Amino acid sequence: MICLSAVALGVAGWARVRSPYETEQGWVQHQPVPFSHKHHVADAGIDCRYCHTSVETSANAGLPATHICMTCHSQLWTGAEVLAPVRESMATGRPLVWHRVSQVPDYVYFNHSIHVDRGVACVECHGRIDTMPLTQRAKPFQMQFCIECHQNPAPHLRPPDKVTQMEPLPWSEADKRRYGARVMAAHSIDPKTLVNCEICHR
Amino acid sequence: MRAALILALLLLNGCDQNMVQQPRYDDFERSPLSANGSAMGAPPEGAVAQDAVARAAQELRPPMSAALVARGRERYDIYCSMCHGVDGRGDGIVPARGFPRPPSYLEPRLVAAPTAHFYNVITHGYGVMYAYADRVSPRDRWAIAAYIRALQTAGGADAR
Repeated sequence: MICLSAVALGVAGWARVRSPYETEQGWVQHQPVPFSHKHHVADAGIDCRYCHTSVETSANAGLPATHICMTCHSQLWTGAEVLAPVRESMATGRPLVWHRVSQVPDYVYFNHSIHVDRGVACVECHGRIDTMPLTQRAKPFQMQFCIECHQNPAPHLRPPDKVTQMEPLPWSEADKRRYGARVMAAHSIDPKTLVNCEICHR
Repeated sequence: MRAALILALLLLNGCDQNMVQQPRYDDFERSPLSANGSAMGAPPEGAVAQDAVARAAQELRPPMSAALVARGRERYDIYCSMCHGVDGRGDGIVPARGFPRPPSYLEPRLVAAPTAHFYNVITHGYGVMYAYADRVSPRDRWAIAAYIRALQTAGGADAR
């Protein structure tokens, strides 16, 4: 009886840790403005880097300053009620308070720039953001998710000029592996060192 | 005994992960210390960056090269093509949605303009166009200006 309840509790605990309740996969956060990536990425065709300006040069992809929103919205949808917080932020100089959708714990030192530079596409971790009217977390963002790629990065790499493209490349599995192997050789990337603790934890 | 074991398991399941949010300021976090409420508050008026000299050097016009034009094309497609169109004729998607239409780079006035004109417009904005100094680095502004010259040439203008 004790054994059975212990097993049941263990299974329940494991399931909870892996469930969206814990990983927040598929969750939408409340935001001051119901920003639609679908509208801006798929319908308007704006490159990710137009707003996330530091993704190639910094650990952070960068949340756009209100000034960037207003580059278009000073002329477009100028009276829209949903954009009132953006106009207010512009007038007062106080930044909009967005709620993080994708976030790693403080003990993980993730760096966007190196991933983008080596050719890990946005879509690998953020999913098809171009299909999300409200932004949700696409992947579990637990250590297992990071490790899976760090153990075998080759099939996840693409040419750096294609990193912001949302659609999959018209490549076969063999193409992916071949290209990835070439990148890894060029940059002397060894998957064995990629799973060292200090790669992500310092 | 049984209760203690079950309790221990329950406690294990609810481990407190207090290292997740550590008491430090990360980029974009809130801070009561700065006037705008952000840990990334702007530096005080008149502050000089430690690498101000190196930054100033970046503002000088680099020599023309194929690599500069290629970089300019990539940056142009990200930051400019939305309004100015991929071919520079001013028919991007944003004007199609009602934004005032920008002029074509093939206009004689812009063909005759010095290359520094495009650099300055990117830096300071022009008319309803906002400044892009916060998004496009000085070197990339020159690269985009070089690519605009390439677009003008491709469009049949005698640009130099």
